Amino acid sequence: MSAVNTRRAFKPNWLARLGWLAVIGYCVLAFWSLDITWDRFVIGLENGAKFLGSMIPPNFERWKLLLGNLLETLEIAVIASAFGVAFSLPIGLAASRNLMPTWATWPARLLIAICRSFHPVIFAILFVKAVGFGPLAGILTLIFASIGFIGKLFAEAIEEISLKPVEACRAAGAPFMSVILYAVLPQVLNRFIGFATYQFDANIRNSTMVGIVGAGGIGGTLFAAFQRFDYDFLAAILISIIILVMLGEYLASIVKAVFND
Amino acid sequence: MTSRNWERFTPAQRLARFAIYLAAVIALVVSMRTVQIVPEFLYDAPTQMADMFTRMWPPDFAHYREGVHLALIESMHIAGMGTILALVMSLPVALLAASNITPIPALNWFARLILVSSRSVNTLVWAILFVAVFGPGSLAGTIAIGFRSIGFCGKLLGEALEECNKGPVEALKAAGAPWPSIFLKAYWPQVSPAFWGITLFRWDINVRESAVIGLVGAGGIGMALDTAIALFRWNQVALILLCIFAVVIVAEIVVTKIRQKII
Amino acid sequence: MTSSSNNGNGGNASRSLIVKDLVKAYVPGKPVLKNISFEVRGCSTVAIIGPSGTGKSTLLRCINRLIDPTSGTITVAGHEITRLSGKELRLARHHVGMVFQEFNLVERLSVIENVLCGRLGFVPVWRAWLRKFEQHDIDRAFELIDMVGLTEFATERADALSGGQRQRVGIARAVMQNPDVIMADEPTSSLDPKTSVEIMGLLNDFSKAHDIPVLINIHDVNLAKRFADRVIGMSLGSIVFDGPPSELTDDHLKQIYGGEDWLS
Repeated sequence: MSAVNTRRAFKPNWLARLGWLAVIGYCVLAFWSLDITWDRFVIGLENGAKFLGSMIPPNFERWKLLLGNLLETLEIAVIASAFGVAFSLPIGLAASRNLMPTWATWPARLLIAICRSFHPVIFAILFVKAVGFGPLAGILTLIFASIGFIGKLFAEAIEEISLKPVEACRAAGAPFMSVILYAVLPQVLNRFIGFATYQFDANIRNSTMVGIVGAGGIGGTLFAAFQRFDYDFLAAILISIIILVMLGEYLASIVKAVFND
Repeated sequence: MTSRNWERFTPAQRLARFAIYLAAVIALVVSMRTVQIVPEFLYDAPTQMADMFTRMWPPDFAHYREGVHLALIESMHIAGMGTILALVMSLPVALLAASNITPIPALNWFARLILVSSRSVNTLVWAILFVAVFGPGSLAGTIAIGFRSIGFCGKLLGEALEECNKGPVEALKAAGAPWPSIFLKAYWPQVSPAFWGITLFRWDINVRESAVIGLVGAGGIGMALDTAIALFRWNQVALILLCIFAVVIVAEIVVTKIRQKII
Repeated sequence: MTSSSNNGNGGNASRSLIVKDLVKAYVPGKPVLKNISFEVRGCSTVAIIGPSGTGKSTLLRCINRLIDPTSGTITVAGHEITRLSGKELRLARHHVGMVFQEFNLVERLSVIENVLCGRLGFVPVWRAWLRKFEQHDIDRAFELIDMVGLTEFATERADALSGGQRQRVGIARAVMQNPDVIMADEPTSSLDPKTSVEIMGLLNDFSKAHDIPVLINIHDVNLAKRFADRVIGMSLGSIVFDGPPSELTDDHLKQIYGGEDWLS
């Protein structure tokens, strides 16, 4: 008589099963509350086909306007990145809790939190109201966006360093900035350069869209083409944006390769 | 005693670094000279901002129930569903892009092109496109968020897949397992922490994105914001901004807590 | 021509350290250091021994004010530094060089950059940033690197060195300051026995060459007896022995450390 083997090799993972059930249930709920029905989707697909049809071939006739806008987009990205990176160094440093006293970290962290929580478009709308249409609003927007991103990651990087070299430099009587330059920065510089180049890349992408609300750059032309049903020009604009972004990524990788050690 | 020279970087390194500094400075100077800014507007900015903030205070909390609450929920659903859609779509693309899983360079390149294009086009621009296709509303918004997120998730997933340990894969191949089983038992266990981490990360970003795509008509609280701004109801604008801020902070806290528990 | 002269130091007060009635209490009423008083002058190697937690590290860090004493006075080369703060404190720290148990080097920088950290207090920030140190500083740094036997490693990154080599860099850095006192906080605890002997020898050599008192926290009593010409024994926050190693008997050690089994 064989003994009944009641040991199971794979225990049913009830938590995971519940999790998957919850996800599927959520999908159903969300689809219903968002009013997404199959009909709308199908009609949309037909529209989409028509849409794609009118986008091909892309129309580069107005390339002068396109080029001018792209240049402005690039300018916005360059200026905003330069100032944004320059500001995020001290702000990120001020926000690091292992080096700075609370009267410095609290305001810095608050500023960074505000800059991060709002999508750049919201900043763009506010700045357009404040300084008018044009690239200035876009530049200010992206400066704040850069501070939010780089500031947070930089502060986190500083909070992870070893404080031992800091102790040694302080014991040798070095002034505050020299301590930062010799004991802190060498430990975080590689990561900072990574953040800065990533943000430059992101700024190029973001500056293509702040124009939608009037903050300069190619976004304005894009939105106008869309509203006038100039879909073939729209296609040309999209292609140029993709090329510009890829160029930015390539430049960023070169900078990282030269400065990292 | 002869004095010895010490330099931190080799001449080649210094040249490269100098070239980049120079290029950056030139780019900055040229940009600042050619960009069309009216300086008066810059100096006027603080007064204008102060004026705007005074109009925003106090935030119109009464407006919440009728104008904001449902829109906020809608944005959250758009973010959630958009992320799920992105995950479903990005997994196959990531598999195609990973050179250790798809050894055909043409397919790798094609998949990477898809990912780069998805990333280069802003969520807002995707939203504009899909509003043209599907009409205004949350369907356009969800798909826009999904398409934008494919690039993000696909890239990180592809990198995670490429870093997988080949050992278990070889073992299963040697045992004659079919490919789907190899994927499920050798690759998936290695990438699943990364997968969930990427999911959380992208959901966090999508919460922010979904709040603003309504500005171009793609549903959610952005539409309420657009209305309020167009009607110059600054107190309502302040309320909506505060709600967005609160939702984003809560989402971040949730993500951080889940991260600590699982990863 | 070697540059062992005392440059940049004021030079008039003899190299000395006077600690008087030093008290440190992290929690009020429970002092970790209880009325510590001693004096050290001139060429002298002082070993401070005592069990863990008895306040040896706290004592050293109170002397260069990395920790603030609760009461008492500390006088380095004739300057009383207990009440200083801000820039004056920073300038006063130039007189005290410190060698750390875990070397505390900047791993990503080269050996020579780490040694030049000792001069950071003397050069303006922009020079430090651009690495444009004056030639005599660079010469002296190389000289010290030679003296500690690391000539071939001068431009290597610090994290490429072994523990013993890193500690030598630490010592070179401390001497680079031209201090009036050198303190070493358990400099050999992370090192193997042979390297420990080398490091202790190095500290002794510098003490004799520059006529500087050296204070060394150490828990290896044999090393202490071998290299120091004066031993201070601490127990429970007070000094219970202060004299030459020859007078350090087993009874004294029992009083300092407690227990008998570890005594050879």
